[in-house]
Amino acid sequence: MPKLVVDGKEIEFKQGQTIIEAAKEAGNTIPHFCWHPSLSVSGNCRVCLVEVEKMPKLVIACSTLAAEGMIVHTASEKALAARNAVMEFLLINHPLDCPICDEAGECKLQDYAYAHGVGESRFVEEKTHKDKRVPLGPNIMFDGDRCISCSRCIRFCDEIAGAPELTFVKRGDRVTIVTYPGRQLENPYAMNVVDICPVGALTNRDFRFKARVWDMSANKTICQGCSRGCNIELWVRNNEILRITPRQNDEVNSYWMCDHGRLNTFKFVNADDRVDGPYLRREGSLAKVGWDEAFAAAASELKQFNKNEIAFIGSAFASCEDNYMLREFALNVIGSRHIDFMRHSDSNFGDEILRKNDITPNTMGAELVGVTPAAGGLNFDGIINSINEGKIKALYLIEDDILSANPELENTLAKLNLFIVHSSNFNKTTTLADIVFPAAAYAEKNGTMVNFQGRIQRLMPAVATLEQDRSLDGMAMSRLDKFGTRFDRWAKGNKRDVRPTWKIILSLSAAAGYKLIRQAQANMAEDIFEIMSKKIDAFKGLDYDKIGEKGIMLKIDVAEKA
Amino acid sequence: MADKRRKKDLTFLERIYIPEIIKGLLLTLKNMLKPKFTMQYPEEKFIPGGSYRGRPVLVQEENGEERCVACGLCSRVCPALAIEVQAAETQREKERYPEKFEINMIRCIFCGFCEEVCPEEAIVMSKDYELAFTSREDAIYGKDKLLVPVHQLKDRIEFLRSYK
Repeated sequence: MPKLVVDGKEIEFKQGQTIIEAAKEAGNTIPHFCWHPSLSVSGNCRVCLVEVEKMPKLVIACSTLAAEGMIVHTASEKALAARNAVMEFLLINHPLDCPICDEAGECKLQDYAYAHGVGESRFVEEKTHKDKRVPLGPNIMFDGDRCISCSRCIRFCDEIAGAPELTFVKRGDRVTIVTYPGRQLENPYAMNVVDICPVGALTNRDFRFKARVWDMSANKTICQGCSRGCNIELWVRNNEILRITPRQNDEVNSYWMCDHGRLNTFKFVNADDRVDGPYLRREGSLAKVGWDEAFAAAASELKQFNKNEIAFIGSAFASCEDNYMLREFALNVIGSRHIDFMRHSDSNFGDEILRKNDITPNTMGAELVGVTPAAGGLNFDGIINSINEGKIKALYLIEDDILSANPELENTLAKLNLFIVHSSNFNKTTTLADIVFPAAAYAEKNGTMVNFQGRIQRLMPAVATLEQDRSLDGMAMSRLDKFGTRFDRWAKGNKRDVRPTWKIILSLSAAAGYKLIRQAQANMAEDIFEIMSKKIDAFKGLDYDKIGEKGIMLKIDVAEKA
Repeated sequence: MADKRRKKDLTFLERIYIPEIIKGLLLTLKNMLKPKFTMQYPEEKFIPGGSYRGRPVLVQEENGEERCVACGLCSRVCPALAIEVQAAETQREKERYPEKFEINMIRCIFCGFCEEVCPEEAIVMSKDYELAFTSREDAIYGKDKLLVPVHQLKDRIEFLRSYK
């Protein structure tokens, strides 16, 4: 491999890499605004100027190809002087409004100004004034003053989203960004421009002014919007999810995620209609009861039926652990062979970039753990038909609002003598349920999901519940989380009385007088996964540590499963 | 027997006590005749100067608007985590304002860091030192209690401008 020297350190590079890429791989990030690893090189911010020996002038590291024997200085006197000058130049027209800017705290310009700026401005003339608060689209607000014209957003729309919607207009210090006439910035991936904007010129209208970045904690998990399973971070303050940002994973989503995932997959966790404790139907309406009472009631109700009269419906929204425990419960405790789950597909949703038509995050996982009819059992349609015919009288459903997905099921579900539902929120399906168990939402539990590629990825909790503590269970902590007491309003965020589905099923089987797994062996989702890894071939040899933050490909034939 | 001697033995005059007592009484008499500093609080109130750090307050402009833009720096710098700010959008020129601004006066230690860090001169230490509450809830001062018209804070603002 060819080698070059950066700051006195010899590093290897691949032919065709630029200096900035080679240096970044070796752990030396050269300051940059307009360069982004997955966008084309534009070279207009000039802040990555470095000194290369035997070259007459400084060169920009982002568009100069690395060459054998090249000697690069990124922090020599000459390079630093140039970088300071570029920073001063960029700051001439940049407003000093960090206090009201949402980007503050994660702003590249702020960071570099701190590192390279002279601290005060020599510019006495009036700064340029451009349009502020321009809505470029339904979700994005543009502030012309703050823009440093790096063109990252323009290149993103052209190259990644495939929807050329933005462009520069005017020249010199009047240059600004507009949408093409009659167009809006509204492609399905538009909000990624907020993440890649190095300054606060583009802001998220959904999150604008909600919180300071340093007041939130960022918790790694995966998106629930479709079967892609984009790697994301949930930003939480006071136990409330405030925004989602994508997390880099080259195998799955690169640096991006779609707007649907970003906007629509966290609000239900914060919603007021969360199920906050077990509910039993009494005299026609659902009434809140204690856990033990609910378990006892569910266990005794289930005993009223013949094992062939009970059917189970798993969920492609639930984790592998949850589905696996449901299957174990169905087959070993009840002895029913009727188990399946509902497929959700939207042929208008998928595209060639990230989105998939399968709008559930864990279809493959549910199949792998065996939430499919056992020998002689009925599949989903068969279960529905049998309920209509009166052969199946009890239904156990986890984490899926099947009635909203298919409103025609209303009459069918109304025929059931017993309908037990695990649900995170009250919805159409729970209105027909006899017993509702409060299921932890994806942001409140550990677990695993398998995406359409056959890649197993981890869910990690971001929201504390009554039984899951933020510090004891290893969630990310902000300063407010660390030092808040129970007397502080900003630390009193709503902690809900919910439990993960696998745990509810374990307790229920204990109440039914059957030990599914010895309690001592199953305190955490990880323990369930350990059992699964011994019993399910696809998960052989895996554990949570091996799966890690970025997931791992399963050794399965994906085409066959899909 | 050990030789117990003072560092300095008293002289004869000191040993007879009378002159020393007279000396002490003279000092008392001198102080009795000096002007008094005691204030008959609460009938009589102490009015501190501009350098005094009383409870922190928010500056309210003459038009009734707060100067604060809810940047959250006071909240970040506060060593006692007394300040909670929730920002929201407004149509004013500075597009951000505090929808909620609360100082927990039980937590506040009157260090003045919030005032020092404020980029808008929007939070300043007032002369108000009369803080009493009977419950934890009462100790949380919201915008209703924190906003003080700018003309009442002139002393402090002048002090800050000359020494900051």
